[in-house]
Amino acid sequence: MERRKQKSVIIERKKEVLASLEKFGLKTYDQLDRGYFPSIEMPSRSTENICYDPQARQYILGDRKVRRNARNIRHIRPFTQLVWTALFSHELTSQRKTSTLRDVYYSAQAYEMKFKDQQESNNIITDLETVLGLSREDFNIFPEERSAVFGDLTIEYTVPGYEGKTLNLTSHPDGVMIGPALTSSEFVKTTADKVIAIEKGGLFTRFVEENVHKKFNAVLVLTSGQAPRATRHFIRRLNRELELPAYIFTDGDPWGMHIAMVIISGSANAAHLRELTTPDAKWSGVWATDIVDYKLPTDPLDEVDIKRLYELQRDPRYKDALWQREIKTFLKIRRKAEQEAFSRYGLTYIVDEYLPAKLEGTS
Amino acid sequence: MARTTFEEISAADFFYRNREIAGFTNPSRAIFAAVRELIENSLDAAETLKIPPDIYVRLSFADEAGLETGVYTLRVEDNGIGILPRHIPSAFGQVLYGSKYKPKQQRGTFGLGGKMAILYGQITTHQPARIISSTGMSKIYAYKLRIDIQRNRPLILDRKVLINKERWRGTIVQFSLEGDYGRAMPKILEYFKQTAMVNPYANLTFVDPKGRLYKFTRVTEEMPDPPRETLPHPYGVDVELLQRLIQVTPFRSMLEFMKNHFHRVGEITANKFLKFSNISPSKNPKKLSHGEVVRLMRMLKKFGEFLPPDASCLSPLGEELLRAGISKELKPEFVAVRQRRPSAYAGHPFIVEAAVAYGGEIPRRGSFLIHRFANRIPLLYDEASDVSTIVMNNMNWRRYKVTPDMPIVIAVHICSTKIPYKTVGKEFIADRPEVRREIANGLREVARRLQRFLTRKEHAHTEQKRLDIFTRYLPKIAKFSTQLAGKDKSPDIKRLLRSVKRFGT
Repeated sequence: MERRKQKSVIIERKKEVLASLEKFGLKTYDQLDRGYFPSIEMPSRSTENICYDPQARQYILGDRKVRRNARNIRHIRPFTQLVWTALFSHELTSQRKTSTLRDVYYSAQAYEMKFKDQQESNNIITDLETVLGLSREDFNIFPEERSAVFGDLTIEYTVPGYEGKTLNLTSHPDGVMIGPALTSSEFVKTTADKVIAIEKGGLFTRFVEENVHKKFNAVLVLTSGQAPRATRHFIRRLNRELELPAYIFTDGDPWGMHIAMVIISGSANAAHLRELTTPDAKWSGVWATDIVDYKLPTDPLDEVDIKRLYELQRDPRYKDALWQREIKTFLKIRRKAEQEAFSRYGLTYIVDEYLPAKLEGTS
Repeated sequence: MARTTFEEISAADFFYRNREIAGFTNPSRAIFAAVRELIENSLDAAETLKIPPDIYVRLSFADEAGLETGVYTLRVEDNGIGILPRHIPSAFGQVLYGSKYKPKQQRGTFGLGGKMAILYGQITTHQPARIISSTGMSKIYAYKLRIDIQRNRPLILDRKVLINKERWRGTIVQFSLEGDYGRAMPKILEYFKQTAMVNPYANLTFVDPKGRLYKFTRVTEEMPDPPRETLPHPYGVDVELLQRLIQVTPFRSMLEFMKNHFHRVGEITANKFLKFSNISPSKNPKKLSHGEVVRLMRMLKKFGEFLPPDASCLSPLGEELLRAGISKELKPEFVAVRQRRPSAYAGHPFIVEAAVAYGGEIPRRGSFLIHRFANRIPLLYDEASDVSTIVMNNMNWRRYKVTPDMPIVIAVHICSTKIPYKTVGKEFIADRPEVRREIANGLREVARRLQRFLTRKEHAHTEQKRLDIFTRYLPKIAKFSTQLAGKDKSPDIKRLLRSVKRFGT
């Protein structure tokens, strides 16, 4: 299977980002120029305004708006920070440089803009996301990276100095870090017909060693626990642009379940953003029923686990039969199992027996 | 079997044996008391004529005495009324002789202080005292005298009459005493400072034994009207006073006796009272039996319709002068002063003046400083027992947004024909309900004004902070949005900045 997308996907997107940042700047400038205190309206991110949209299959923000007005003594400082963050993002994007959240916090001081702490600067960045409806990776602000990808996918860099260079993602056995450069790459071609996302580094390495990418024609993605936004967006692109179905393997406990769910349906924290979810992705295990069926070595669920299960049971994202069945089973058996538990049947059992069965069962 | 012998002692002898009751308890207190008594006499002497006082005090070291004590020579000069030559020996050489035994507001109450100081000097150094005085007429009289303690009589050792070419008026007292200036120094300096505070019309100069000069300069020539003598109020009299009045009265009827010897008793009140107490208005007071006099005293206290004492005989400092005095000595940022309306306790009129000073050169100490004054003299000892301290400590200052860590000085001045001192040492005032109420109300009034000041100050502060925020951030918004929009010229934000200013700032 070979596929070549239009090269303009990434470039076009950057142009849009720059345009919307400039639009925000111009709006503020015009208000000042006409002798008004500048103000901006954006959707409220308070919990009451976050609701689940079954159509979009993710959390979205409701109709409630908040207005931030520089006339208000409590608003003027965050408003100034917002304008500064927009300017800083504009510089990053137009110069095709990237920055981390931590970096933004320190860069502000060069402009005599002081953030009280990292949390304050993070909040302002989220505000800018909400105002523009874009995620921070779009304007080149990235969190610290920890997730990776491995498989037969050739990408073409768009970052300065690497434009036009291509890379096959099997070229490094540890996988390639899903960082700013990879995130902004175009997909060139692939022979894979599926994506397998894995929660833990140990299993990811095992899969690479056991040639899972070849045996199963898969692109392997390591989420390292809860998948970062860039990784979620990357999985979505693989799913949308290359039309690869995605399967997610996590630990068999409520937390693992939720890692899969956030990749599928997103989080409440990102309700102001789109294009981070992969609604058609599948959670392939480890299920509670797998624990029973494969007689896996287990640990008892502790109090926090059980409390979490009851929360998930009421969560609208978990209303489907599969999820409800698994939650009930967890609550019944009161046990949990890690992915590594399959090792009791030998190192390759998980690849030789479990994985094919589950891919079969969930596709 | 031992025989008990009885002997009579003179007043001077009595005070010689009991000098601590007048404040001469130890060498440090003694030197403080001596300075204080003479200054107060001098202030009174000047104020009687409503002359702004000029007082010069010099304390010089004469000789070693004990381990920590020394012999000092104290010299006090004033520009007061002066003393007629025939009164000089007794005024300074006879205990319990003087001009202060009438119901009138005055600094000293016993007419004892100056003489006690001289007496104390004489018994510790055996030196005579020198008195020089003139009433401003053609002669100056200079005396050298000693007190004959057993007979309570002045012993004149020398007397000179000088020609007063320059018409000098005033009194100079000089004598030696043993004392401990090292210990007394802080109190003496504090005494000068506080005296200057409640006598802002006085010039006080003090040269201490080390030759250091302390000068407290007047800020005004305004002086309060001097206190006037008044008749005793019927509530305050006792049998002894009644007996004396009966002895001296020229009046032959009880009606006239009541009308002429008592404060605020006129024809109507006198008649009402005599009817109430069943005494014939025409009865001759001299014919009252001993029992009738006792009954008269009881009835005076029982009769509830006497008018309260009139305070016009009192001489409070006044709000203006108290403010001037506090401003001059403490240099605060804010002063509130309140003179209460006259009130009375046990037939004695009194007026309370309260003040609170905040900030400026007043240091933060973690608690308020209180200055107590009675008849325009500072009270420096036994602060904790004083009614003003009690009232201050019991007040809920938090209600007035005032906390102990603020730089605050409280001043309370009480003037009365009879200050309700708790002890003979005249250092603290008793907790009389009437006095306590007036002090409390006075302090509440000044506290309210301090609160208003603090609130206004805080408002101005928050308003400034608010403006600062706009001036800090608005230009940045303008700059950043200009760059972001790709414009060349920053928008004009002067008008916006002007618009955030509220009136009055």
